[in-house]
Amino acid sequence: MACISPDGQPTESGKKLLRALKSGLSSAQAIAQDTGLPLFRVRSGLRELAGAELVTEKGGSYALSPKGKELLGSLS
Amino acid sequence: MEEVIRLPRLGEPAPDFEAPTTHGTIKLDDYKGSWLIIFSHPADFTPVCTTEFIAFAKIYPELQKRGVELLGISVDSISSHIAWARNIEEKMRVKIPFPIIADLNKEVSQRFGMVHPGQSKTETVRCVFVIDPNKIVRAMLYYPLTTGRNMDEILRLVTALQTTDEHKVATPANWRPGDMVIVPPPNTTESAEERLKQGYECVDWYLCKKKL
Repeated sequence: MACISPDGQPTESGKKLLRALKSGLSSAQAIAQDTGLPLFRVRSGLRELAGAELVTEKGGSYALSPKGKELLGSLS
Repeated sequence: MEEVIRLPRLGEPAPDFEAPTTHGTIKLDDYKGSWLIIFSHPADFTPVCTTEFIAFAKIYPELQKRGVELLGISVDSISSHIAWARNIEEKMRVKIPFPIIADLNKEVSQRFGMVHPGQSKTETVRCVFVIDPNKIVRAMLYYPLTTGRNMDEILRLVTALQTTDEHKVATPANWRPGDMVIVPPPNTTESAEERLKQGYECVDWYLCKKKL
């Protein structure tokens, strides 16, 4: 589940994770339960989004970065 | 100096990896807390591998019910994996739902001992590694290039391992879910004497079975 396309835009899976974070979920487990995605996919997807600076991570807790919020705002 | 590669052994941690797959970059750590089956195949667009991929895709829902994820691997590229999976879906109407590692530099396959030069110097043989939620290698199967794997056995193996973990028992030859299981044999004279009085179905003190 690549979450970032080669053009730097989030894929549908990436958007799903970003929206889950926007809804207030912060752990990979909670996002997996909420979205129905397998946990391994959520973990790898969040790592990819963090690499693109759309998401921040601290001690296993994830949040939208200012860049992620801006991107999500422009998508909706 | 030639690098010495330590091959995986049962009961020891699985070799760590981070690898490009058809579902993005995946690490072994991403599967922590789940069971994982990593299976290698020799090459994309080959006949036996195609039958196996269809068969793995068909047992995937059953594996997921048991909390098991599947991860394929070969030394082909991401583009090749994508094209092959699309071809399988188009020609055989089976979607490949699990990721496949593109191990072009053989980094992961060498760590897992998947290349057996006596079979092929360039391809991975048909390996299956069952890894538990603590990232411990619990079972390994190796099949030659010519012989497709048996999915019933893979399901049976995972179910047997999970039954052992849950109930602290062993499973006899040809065990199937619902069959009697083996009570661990006594390890003292005293417990050997007591064993026959404990209500199990015993052939003798060292071979006792029970229903779950």
